[in-house]
Amino acid sequence: MPAKPKVAFFDFAGCEGDQLQVANLEERLLDLASHIDIVRFREIKSIKQDNYDIAFVEGSITRPEDEPRIREIRDRATILVALGACATIGGINCLKNFLSESEYRATVYGQFSRWYSTYAARPLSAVVRVDMDIHGCPVDRDEFARAVKELLLGKIYSPPDYPVCVECKMAGNICRYEQGKLCLGIVTRAGCKACCVSEGSVCWGCRGPAPDANMDAAGQIMDSHGFSWLDAQDHLRLYFGFNSRL
Amino acid sequence: MTKAAAKEKKEKKSGSPAAAGPRKLEVKHLTRVEGHGNIIVKLDAKNHVQDCRWEIVEAPRFFEAMVQGRPYEDIHHIVSRICGICSIGHQLCSIQATEDAFGFNASEQTLELRKLALHAENLQSHLLHIGYLVLPDLLGVDSVLPLAQTHREELLNLVACRRVANEFSRLICGRTTHPQRLIPGGMEKIPTRAELQELQSKLEGSLSRMDRIVDLFAALADKWPDFKRPTEYVALVSPSEYALYSGEIGSSSDINRPASLYRQVTNEYCVPQSTAKWAKNTGESYMVGALARFNLNHRLLKPGARQAAQKLGLKAPEHNPYLNTVAQLVECVHSTEDSLEIIAGLLARGLKHETPPTIRVKAGKGVGAVEVPRGILIHSYEYSDEGRIISADCVIPTNQNHGNIQMDMDALKPMLSGLEPEAIELKLSMLVRGYDPCISCSTHLLDVSGTPARKLVKFVRV
Ligand code: SF4
Ligand code: SF4
Ligand code: SF4
Repeated sequence: MPAKPKVAFFDFAGCEGDQLQVANLEERLLDLASHIDIVRFREIKSIKQDNYDIAFVEGSITRPEDEPRIREIRDRATILVALGACATIGGINCLKNFLSESEYRATVYGQFSRWYSTYAARPLSAVVRVDMDIHGCPVDRDEFARAVKELLLGKIYSPPDYPVCVECKMAGNICRYEQGKLCLGIVTRAGCKACCVSEGSVCWGCRGPAPDANMDAAGQIMDSHGFSWLDAQDHLRLYFGFNSRL
Repeated sequence: MTKAAAKEKKEKKSGSPAAAGPRKLEVKHLTRVEGHGNIIVKLDAKNHVQDCRWEIVEAPRFFEAMVQGRPYEDIHHIVSRICGICSIGHQLCSIQATEDAFGFNASEQTLELRKLALHAENLQSHLLHIGYLVLPDLLGVDSVLPLAQTHREELLNLVACRRVANEFSRLICGRTTHPQRLIPGGMEKIPTRAELQELQSKLEGSLSRMDRIVDLFAALADKWPDFKRPTEYVALVSPSEYALYSGEIGSSSDINRPASLYRQVTNEYCVPQSTAKWAKNTGESYMVGALARFNLNHRLLKPGARQAAQKLGLKAPEHNPYLNTVAQLVECVHSTEDSLEIIAGLLARGLKHETPPTIRVKAGKGVGAVEVPRGILIHSYEYSDEGRIISADCVIPTNQNHGNIQMDMDALKPMLSGLEPEAIELKLSMLVRGYDPCISCSTHLLDVSGTPARKLVKFVRV
């Protein structure tokens, strides 16, 4: 990696919330921009260059014609970073994978659906090799800044491998199960400081399953608090939809 | 348009070779906008514009299908992922539609907090657009980054305003993007008195900073292309305030209608050049967004915002679409002033801890309509008696603007003819950018089938 690496941002199907989080670094972005050379960032910059060392890629692959584009990005980049849940785990886009394709096409575009190309949503890693994941929907700004810093030091950032509950307890929250709510913090990968629980909500699972998540034990907890499989499934499908039997 | 596009496709297929003269100018994936759109221009040998076309090539995302069968508690969470920049607006619109379907009225305090949330988002988004996306065009650079050297003070002033806007969003909603506190029925968590007081003083600071942004843009007034095309302007209207959170659907050339009759205004249809739908009402197209709001509601702007408009030379009715950015700046001042009033009211009455009341779920339909940064946004849902979505329809501002963008391009043609390709490209890019399109959200469903036998989606096991 050169001392001042060339960095590019790309997006596939997503909401651009993760790139927005990067723009939202405000003064820190200007600071960061002095250590890297941003050669491509469509959201904020017009001139595009095709030689880059690091590619940050947001969004899921949702149609055949996305594949050659992501392969080309893969070929050009030394390090490919998946940015946000859509890119790392397929994200919210995978909700449509639970519907039949003809049904969701027809629901949205009726008889015109043949004009538009689409297939089941998938994360980048289902198509190309990914070197590093920055999880979240959206990504956490501090974590992004930290991950970039590590890259600049020649390291690959590895996110925590324990569940959100650990951070939730450190944040001093009352467990949502005690309040009669279903929370996915028990099986979700940490790294967000349980921000949703701390803001009054529950963990929706946006960082994907923790590497050794014990789904059976999670099922027992939900069961003992009176939740049905349907309740669990509603939550699990939001972000755990790709490649798991839900 | 449909026909023309279809014809062109045919021509392409039949392989009519491009003669030496005609050229195609392609702006593929227009930059400094959200999402993927292309501008395609055909030029003859003398750089006369034969045809220009605005295309949406974003991958369709099928949100309206994705929410089918889902319980009401997560709809606002899912739909906020339609757009990172308007995630607060999508949540609020969704919550309105859900509450409307169940016949639920939120508390006064909740409504005030939601209005603040909308102001916060408007500020966040407008300042991003004005400063990071459009200002580089006016100063002739490719992004905001080089301004750190050439216009350091102005840039830091902008960034500081935007940071306050982000903190404002975070304080009310929990997070700047995809917030967690807004839910059907009320708020999961509310700010403390001390936090609101701190915000108050920060927003006051922003007001004087915004004065400097206004001066900056007033000095750049001659940089806007001199172009006018009167069109229909559509926005929420209300007799009591510059409508953002609630009101009727108003138009510059039509009667006002309640939000529930939105389909009479939006009339969406599909065109092959775009994965997003187009809309029209009384004319060939209409415009939504800050300029439409300004044209319809300028009398209700707060005094500081009115002064800013004067300084910037913005007078209703304004028919230059490029000046949408200027209207956004005027709205930034308004949103700040109005937020300060709302906060003062909340502090005077005292913040109450209200646990969100339980919503009584029943079968029904509901519509929500709010003004988000890019214009009027409508969500319409039908719920089953278990509180699960049977069908959903989301009409997004940028979709409503696509047709108008295309008509503007057509009207611009004579002005562009003969210019160098770079100049043509810049003028067209600036036009589209001026609309501040949020393309990633613009792909979506409309239930065009009209079949009465709509049922809950059966989940397919994978
Ligand atoms: S991960 Fe979330 S924030 Fe990022 S693009 Fe996808 S929906 Fe948007
Ligand atoms: S609230 Fe959720 S994240 Fe927190 S401890 Fe309970 S289950 Fe874990
Ligand atoms: S608490 Fe859960 S849903 Fe919220 S950011 Fe963390 S992992 Fe994502």
